Amino acid sequence: MTFEVSNMVLALPEMFMLAMACVILLAVAFLGKQGANAAYGLSQLTLAITAILIYQSLGETGLTFDGTYVKDAFSDVLKMAICLINIAVLLYSTTYLKARDLFKGEYYVLAIFSTLGMMIMVSAAHFLTIYLGLELMSLCMYAMVAMHRDSFIATEAAMKYFILGALASGMLLYGMSIIYGVTGNLSIATVAEVVQAGGLDNTVLSFGIVFLVIGIGFKMGAVPFHMWLPDVYQGAPTAVTLFIAAAPKVAAFAMAIRLLVEGLGDAQLYWQDMLIMLSVLSMIIGNVVAIAQTNIKRMLAYSTISHIGFILLGLISGSPEGYAASMFYALVYSLMSMGGFGMIILLSRQGFEADNIDDYKGLSKRNPWYALMMLILMFSMAGIPPLIGFYAKLTVIKSIVDVNLISIAIVAVLMSVIGAFYYLRIIKVMYFDTPEQHQALEAPIDMRLMISANALAVLMLGIFPGSLLALCASVFPL
Amino acid sequence: MFTDLPLLSLLIWLPVFGGIAVLVNGDNNPWARPLALLISVATLLLSIGLYIGFDNATAQMQFTEQASWISAFDINYSLGVDGFSMPLIILTAFSTVIVVIAGWEVIQDRVSQYMAAFLIMAGLMIAVFSALDAILFYVFFEAMLIPLFLVIGIWGGPNRVYATIKFFLYTLFGSVFLLLALLYLHHVSGSFSILDFHKVGLSMQEQIYLFLAFLIAFAVKVPMWPVHTWLPDAHVEAPTGGSVILAAITLKIGGYGFLRFALPITPDASMALDWLIISLSLTAVVYIGFVALVQSDLKKLIAYSSIAHMGFVTLGLFIVFRIFANSATGSGAELAIEGAMVQMISHGFIAAAMFLCVGVLYDRMHTREISAYGGVINTMPKFAGFAVFFAMANAGLPGTSGFVGEFMVILAAFQANFWFAFLAATTLILGAAYTLWMVKRVLFGDVANDDVAKLTDINRREFLMLAVLAVIVLAIGIWPAPVTDVMHATVEHLLTQISQSKL
Repeated sequence: MTFEVSNMVLALPEMFMLAMACVILLAVAFLGKQGANAAYGLSQLTLAITAILIYQSLGETGLTFDGTYVKDAFSDVLKMAICLINIAVLLYSTTYLKARDLFKGEYYVLAIFSTLGMMIMVSAAHFLTIYLGLELMSLCMYAMVAMHRDSFIATEAAMKYFILGALASGMLLYGMSIIYGVTGNLSIATVAEVVQAGGLDNTVLSFGIVFLVIGIGFKMGAVPFHMWLPDVYQGAPTAVTLFIAAAPKVAAFAMAIRLLVEGLGDAQLYWQDMLIMLSVLSMIIGNVVAIAQTNIKRMLAYSTISHIGFILLGLISGSPEGYAASMFYALVYSLMSMGGFGMIILLSRQGFEADNIDDYKGLSKRNPWYALMMLILMFSMAGIPPLIGFYAKLTVIKSIVDVNLISIAIVAVLMSVIGAFYYLRIIKVMYFDTPEQHQALEAPIDMRLMISANALAVLMLGIFPGSLLALCASVFPL
Repeated sequence: MFTDLPLLSLLIWLPVFGGIAVLVNGDNNPWARPLALLISVATLLLSIGLYIGFDNATAQMQFTEQASWISAFDINYSLGVDGFSMPLIILTAFSTVIVVIAGWEVIQDRVSQYMAAFLIMAGLMIAVFSALDAILFYVFFEAMLIPLFLVIGIWGGPNRVYATIKFFLYTLFGSVFLLLALLYLHHVSGSFSILDFHKVGLSMQEQIYLFLAFLIAFAVKVPMWPVHTWLPDAHVEAPTGGSVILAAITLKIGGYGFLRFALPITPDASMALDWLIISLSLTAVVYIGFVALVQSDLKKLIAYSSIAHMGFVTLGLFIVFRIFANSATGSGAELAIEGAMVQMISHGFIAAAMFLCVGVLYDRMHTREISAYGGVINTMPKFAGFAVFFAMANAGLPGTSGFVGEFMVILAAFQANFWFAFLAATTLILGAAYTLWMVKRVLFGDVANDDVAKLTDINRREFLMLAVLAVIVLAIGIWPAPVTDVMHATVEHLLTQISQSKL
């Protein structure tokens, strides 16, 4: 085996991020009180430079590290998206952490390592690389949830998350080992060739796929593997919920594409039906249970579950348009959920968590501008045009209609009507109720600008969705 | 000269951006009202340009505009009008002016938001009528729910939250099926252009499903019995302006949807299921007429009367198949479609006027209960004059626009089936009964109580808006040709489309 230096250039962004993660770790260790500020600044710098590095290397593709790591258009776009999403996430969460004595350097170290894990997942060309990235990402997130050590509810959430997460990783690994047993390979490309050639024991193959789908379903939060999600979303500090809700879903989507589409695309027959179950159940349970929630974090958790159901729709269609639609949905979902949790942070302050729906009463009188921003985000999540959430739903449903799965499309549109109800309730509370508290919103200017930019992006992308749609379509050539 | 301008784009975006300008001006700005009036009048003038430049002789789309919007899916910003959409656009622009004037003094809370909501809504509704791309249509079709949802919820009556959420979910429920139908049509035809949808061949089974999807979407909007229950709630709780726009325009989008989508895209299914629409329409005319009779709330009464009147629209649109079946020449079919169109336009004016009259009373007395009134004519003679006139028009008195549409549809219904015409004609009795009985209880008689005795007659602003509406109602009633002339060619084109089987 020869070790070629030139190959490593393909993984330059990850290597840069790894190096910077170590630098941040050292900075936190040696700078003491100043460490947190330095860690925050360095993290943002790292994410920005990584995004630039990826942008500059667009178009270069290839396999490296002995075929375990791939750089292609798909990975470039998603990795850039992950970096950009996390820049906004760190900005939001810093406001929250500073107001609560949680502003510590470790948060940023964990966040950067977790981001590195996501990037490795996205670029995986080998089952083990996927597992490596997944565990790096997840372990950091378990620790982040538990960061607020004195909070009973956060500790409980972290414990739940860790145990169920470990179980799911075990399932995934088991599934991979069965696939290895039946195909004799762990490289995604080779597995795909072997499956395409046929002649495998289909019972064993489908048995392995079951476990892979369970692992993916858990990491995404699809019903019936969603139990952890509402508890973790509610229990974790909002800054961490925000982190968990946004970029990891994009990474989980990438994992699904790598494993199911690239690795087992010819075994679609087996995973399609399973995904239909997951998707339909997620849409139904997510939307119906969200109606009953009074805690907005929990409501957004169930709303996430329903959005995951929609993301899976595109995969079910099994067409390049469908995969592009799913990818579009995953990116749009991250943008919207970031804004949603960002609004919770904006309305919260020292000693007060704005996590009950009633805390939004009369927001339009207290602050018309942020009420309007929240209105945009909620209508977008409900899938009402002309906001970007509509096109996300449109594209996935279109991909389902194009493969003649009309009955599933009917379930999807009916569920989006049910879903509209609880988003409307937030708007009702903000616009039609009288305010109970009159304190002015206190948030630093960067936070205010970011949340406005976030919501306005949802609106502007909704009016001109063409370029983002074209970008997603270009990643999956026909 | 008008054909050189992108007139439709101007008509859509002037009110939208004007509304945003009003909004950013802030609530305490004294210029919010005049600015809103200026924008709405400018929009109305532009829409009259549409009428002047319109070519009556052709059924082709006119004032067309085309630009690529979402190239990845071949979705275009494609606009155009024909004889169906052009009058409705003018109606929209006109109603918006009326709404701005009606809210001038009444609305004191968040004025600029109120005006902005109606201006933006006007732009979106004009866009619905002029969109020739299915997704563009759908985007505007849904987007217009947002301002109306807020208008009812913020400025509405005591039970406004229930009413507005019911309204939103009902219409959203209908429209998601429209979206599925449009996506399926794209799947079959490979294009999102509505005009391409008109040409695509479809099997009977496909047509039936598509037709049912259209039916759910547009029946909720019209609204047809039995999916009408959101309308009385929404009307009762909405502020006067909201009621006017609901009655004058949003209901018409349902009728327009049948004309633009259901009839030309699924003609065979429309023919096979015409019994369904005809029976639902006649139920609306007769049964809802009786329901209107027993209402004790003024707005509810007018809301039910709207449902009954819209029953004529759907009846007119679907009896054409029976007329074709009875005679090869199809004489009377044109009358039916044109009658339905005239009924839509006329109802736009009359229902708006009726709701404005109720608004005038409500602003003074803060009640809509019929029993709270009596003898209003003694204290408000000028108002009573207008109210009686509009009530007569609502009952279909010859010489008013309310008569023209109903008469055309009933006349056409005779060509289809005597009993259809018979049942439809009961509206002449029922409509007169519930409207005139209401007039008697509210306006005539002795002064009922001290509150009525203290009433002051309408001021110049209220006189102006009611007078303009009265003139239009009378004008269309006496000389409907300017309205019907513009749609002749389009109606003929539609009739050839629906008489050709797509199987």
